Formats: sequence, structure tokens, C-alpha cells
Amino acid sequence: MSKKSFREAINEALRLEMRRDPRVILMGEDVAGGVGAGGEQDAWGGPLGVTKGLMPEFGRERVLDTPISESAFIGAAIGAAATGLRPVAELMFIDFMGVCFDQILNQAAKLRYMFGGKATVPVVVRTMYGAGFRAASQHSQSLYSIFTHIPGLKVAVPSSPYEAKGLLIQAIRDDDPVIFCEHKMLYDDVEEVPDEAYAIPFGEARVRREGGDATIVALGRMVKFAEQAAAELAARGIECAVVDPRTTSPLDEETILDLVRASGRLVVVDESGPRCGMAADLAALAAARAFEALKAPVAMVTPPHTPVPFSPALEDAYVPGPAAIAAAVLRVVGAA
Amino acid sequence: MAGAIDAVTMPKWGLAMTEGRVVAWRRAEGEAIAAGAELVEIETSKITNVYEAPVSGVLRRCVARVGETLPVGGLIAVIAEAGVAESEVDAFVAEFNARRAAASPARAEATPAAPQTLPAGGRRMRYLRMGAGAPVVLVHGFGGDLGSWLLTQPVLAERFEVLAPDLPGHGGSTKEAGDGSLDFLASALADLLEALEMRRVHLVGHSLGGAVALKLALQRAELARSLTLIAPLGLGPEIDAGYIDGFIQANRNRQLRPLVERLFANPAMVGRKMVDEILDYKRLDGVAQALKTIAGAVCNDGRQVVALRPRLAEIVVPVQVIWGEADRIIPAAHARDLPPSVAVHLMAGAGHMVQMEKAIEVNRIIERFIGNVATQP
Repeated sequence: MSKKSFREAINEALRLEMRRDPRVILMGEDVAGGVGAGGEQDAWGGPLGVTKGLMPEFGRERVLDTPISESAFIGAAIGAAATGLRPVAELMFIDFMGVCFDQILNQAAKLRYMFGGKATVPVVVRTMYGAGFRAASQHSQSLYSIFTHIPGLKVAVPSSPYEAKGLLIQAIRDDDPVIFCEHKMLYDDVEEVPDEAYAIPFGEARVRREGGDATIVALGRMVKFAEQAAAELAARGIECAVVDPRTTSPLDEETILDLVRASGRLVVVDESGPRCGMAADLAALAAARAFEALKAPVAMVTPPHTPVPFSPALEDAYVPGPAAIAAAVLRVVGAA
Repeated sequence: MAGAIDAVTMPKWGLAMTEGRVVAWRRAEGEAIAAGAELVEIETSKITNVYEAPVSGVLRRCVARVGETLPVGGLIAVIAEAGVAESEVDAFVAEFNARRAAASPARAEATPAAPQTLPAGGRRMRYLRMGAGAPVVLVHGFGGDLGSWLLTQPVLAERFEVLAPDLPGHGGSTKEAGDGSLDFLASALADLLEALEMRRVHLVGHSLGGAVALKLALQRAELARSLTLIAPLGLGPEIDAGYIDGFIQANRNRQLRPLVERLFANPAMVGRKMVDEILDYKRLDGVAQALKTIAGAVCNDGRQVVALRPRLAEIVVPVQVIWGEADRIIPAAHARDLPPSVAVHLMAGAGHMVQMEKAIEVNRIIERFIGNVATQP
């Protein structure tokens, strides 16, 4: 056990699984850096240094710098998975899914089903998402809801270093394709993380805080904002449960419904857009399965239905924060 | 008029506790109370438990409201002599809170004891050591860790040097459990004591840890000064094998919670975090195998296969046995018909985790027992 950053936790998960299983390989743009050039080797470790140090330990055979063609290397990773490897491919920004979506949507997600279970595609696509990085509309979206929509994919949205390590290890050991979504504003968050390998099973929410007045379900970076809001509300005598689903597919409906039934009030916090996103999905879940328990309309805290603005002032206003979450809780408990 | 005024503050139960919620008062303002009396029920995310009055006096002020959450060290109540004026109590509360507020950011919990790890006998062993005085070693049970003593260790550490290790296969220690036998676990514990230069210790063991402690006292008679066995394995054939198998297999909160609740007479003590922390541990690579190996070495076909009862007679140091009458894992009937030299304490209304469920009483029994032995020439 020692304190590790989100970045270090992911690096450690990759390292431990690569040591454990020779079939695990990495692919992506500059996941090492320096291939084919005379300069510094392992110069990058990906754009934010997450995979740095892995090429020197495992070599170019297992840590592959790829050309800047997502359609090529995501497709190659899926093919390699279908033929016996367990590739972890880095789709630098989730926004780039557009150029490799057929490979994910129609190949990775469908092969096991279409071959009657005789084929598996144990690929992991690690990808960065989220606003706050001053990276404009094409590098800031939270598109995990789109992957969640597709049967055959599993989708993990870790909220902290501990969760990131355990969920990534599970993703690599899982026989299905997993889209592993890393919020770029979480990489420097630090917490105690065991040194050993551990796998967090998919489809089990973590209840991070208990409280009977309202239930807040939050994803990814929004989890810590929800916890901050809950702490502030507790000082005012309002006790909120905070639930992190950890994976959006599969989704731990039972834990969420248990808590909604107990409190009668649900606030969902989702950085993906308000239309056809996780917030709408969770609101529908509560309305369909716990309607009799609801004492107030479900509150959805999401960004507006717009592209992520490049203006820093507008981007800051775009991202939901603790204040918006607290305001939503006050609305559903009838205190605002 | 200068009567004593004492603060009752939020205790720290276990390493992870940062705050606690006042659930109910067991005493009312104005009542005279003795040190050790049950004062207030406190709930953490891990456990709900009764906190006892640290000093005798009159409960002058219940500062915390029922339902209020306070940080560790926050003021819960004020106990003072009857002669102390109300205005003095007011001033005490104001000053306490002002001082805490001023010191708060820098205060960082006056360096709480933290677990350490060291290689002992070639194995990574984690332990938590606190206090000074006669050395006491607390040995947890199957699937537990040093946190099994979160209500025991800080109290005993006020009088003794208290070591709580994680056995191999458990907590932060190596997940290599050898052949899983009591001999192996006892040797690993002996190696740790050797590495820490603890040569004569009072052994306190719970459940599997009770059998490990007893085995260690048999292997290395010179090590043990006394033996406290809490709901120990090894004194009879019966055991709830369904619990053992279920515990090994459970990988979800939903599956594990009813099993953990079976450890307590009052399942309301079990907080969600207690279950989550056990799951976090169980998910570490190597743990499932270690637990299977250990379970296989001590149980077979639903029965205990280690019979230590006949060997109790070989122990020459004082031995006591503590058992919760409502133990659903290992029946309290195993405390019957022990050699007359063995002191037996049966606790009503307590299950297998009697050291948590009746922490106040069990701590007192252990303190008195060790205190008596320690003062003998």
C-alpha cells in the first residue's frame, strides 16, 4: 500500500498484467515514443506519460508505437484480440472514436455474438475523455454514453486511482471488449493503492458515502465533486448517499435502486450530454423501477447540450461542479 | 471551585476513521456516571459501537446532537464534577472549540500509529504496534486482519505494548500461505516476533488466531506469558462450514454482507465499509488461494480437523477463554469442560466477533488478566 496517482495506478496495472500474461501488449500513438528515430527512446509514454517506462521493461515487441491512424491500429488490436492476444490499445482522445467506430461497433462488439461464443475479443481500448483541459471541442467530450449504448461492449469509468487500477486489471482479464475511459483531469489525483494486483468485478457500484436524505449517482470525475457537495450539505444537516457505478455497462441497477428506494430522491451527475446520456438513463431506471418511492422529480446535473467551449470562462461554466450538485440536492429535498 | 472538567471527544476506531456520527445517548445530562460506563452510541461507515465514559463525574453537557457527524477529536460531551458552575462548562466548551478551530489545519491527528511491514523469515509481514508496557500480541481470525482489533488495540495500548500482525494470506502481509497449517501460521508469527525482538508476550487470539496463538504457545513455550483465546478454533469439531465456503467465494457486497452479519449477534453493527474493506482485501491476487489453503488445512467436510483441546493441559502459563454465547460460527459450547485452571468468560448477547460486539467488557477482561499476570513475580 502506498500513495499513487491515477496515472501511476494505471501504469502499475499495465505493468503487473504484462508481467503476469505474455499475451498482453500495448498499442497506440507514442505509447513509448521514439520508434524508428535516432533520438530519445520511450520519450513520451503517451501524451500524458501514462505508459512511460513500459517499453524499456517489455520491449518494442510488446509496446507498439503506431502510425497516426486509429482506424488501422484499433482494427489491428481487435484482430489481434480475436486471434489470441490481449491488446490494450490507446485511443488518445475519446473524440477520435469517429475514425475507428466501425471496428469497435461492428467488429469488436459483435464477433462473440455472431460466432455463437466461439470467438472472443479480449481487447481494451484505453481512452481519455472529459472537459477542463482547455483542449476545445474535439478533445474534450465525454462520450462513454455512446459506447454504453452498444451491446457487446463493456464500459468502465473509474473515479479514483484505486478504482482505476482494479478496473483496468479486470478489463485486461475480461474476455469481452472493454472501453476504459480515463478523465484527463484525474491523472494527478492521489490516494492509497495496494501494490499487488487486484481485480474489481464489473457491474458493482461503490457506495462512497451513506445518507438517507438523497441519493447522488455520479460518474468519473463527477464522483469527487459529488462527495464535496455531500460534505458541504452534511454540514447543513442534509445527508446524501454518493454512489459511483464504476462501470456503465454492465450497470449495477440493484444497488442504485436500493438507495433510491431508501431516500426517495435521486440526483444524477453526468459529464456526458443531457440527451441520451447516462443521466437520462439513470433517471429512466428510477422512474421505471422505483417510481413509487420517489418523493421528488429526479434531478439531472449535466453540461448543456452544446459542444465543449474553448473559451476558458465558458468551459468552466460548462462542466458541472459541486455547487451545481448541491443546488440540485437542495431542490429535490425541497430546501431551495 | 476548581473542579475537574473533562472533554469527551470523538474516538478513532481504526486507521481509516476520520469522523463519526452520534446515534444515541445512553445517558442524560445531569446523570452521574462512572468511568467505563456506556455513554454514547457512535456510528462510522464501518461499524456502530458504544463509547464509554473516559472519566467519572457528572455528564454536564451533551455537546453533539443526535445525528451529528463530528471529526475524530471533536467535542462530544463534557464531564465535570457537580460543583462546577454552568458558566465554567460554557467557557470550557467555547475554549475547546476555539482551540481546535485554530489548530485544525496543522493538527493532522498527532501522528497516529501507522502499520509497518518488514521481511520476517523471508516473508513480508505487516503489523501495527502501539503503546508501551508488557508486550501483548493480538492474532486475528480467518479472513481478518489487524483491523479486527480496532476496538481492542487502542484501549490495551494505554497500558501495554500491543502488536497486531496480519497473518500470512491476510491484510497487508504476504499472500503466500504455505501449507495453510496452524504450524505454518504459528511459525510465521514466531518469525515476526523474533524480527521485532519480542521475546515474552501475552498472546491474545481470535478464532483461527486463537488456535495459532495456542499452537505458538505449544511450539515455543518460552514465548508465551499468558494466553487469551477468544472464540478459538481447535476446541471442538463443530464449525459453520457454510460461512467459511461462502466467505471464500463471495465477491460482491450483496453476497458477503449476510455472511459478515453472521459474525455478530447484532447485525446492525456492520457498516457498509466493513464489508467493502473485506471485499477490497479478498480481491487482491493470491487471497482466494490462501484462504482456500488455510480453510483446507483446518477444516474438512464441514468439521474442524485440528484438535487442540487435549493439548491445553500442556500449557503452563495462565489461560483464559472468552466466548460470545450467540456465536454462530464456532459454538460457545466449546468453552465447556475445559481444565479447571482455565478461566472462562461467556458473554451474553454477543456473537463470534465478541471483541468488537462487547469491546468494553472484553477489553476489561483482557486488561485485568494480563495486569494480574504481569505483576506476578
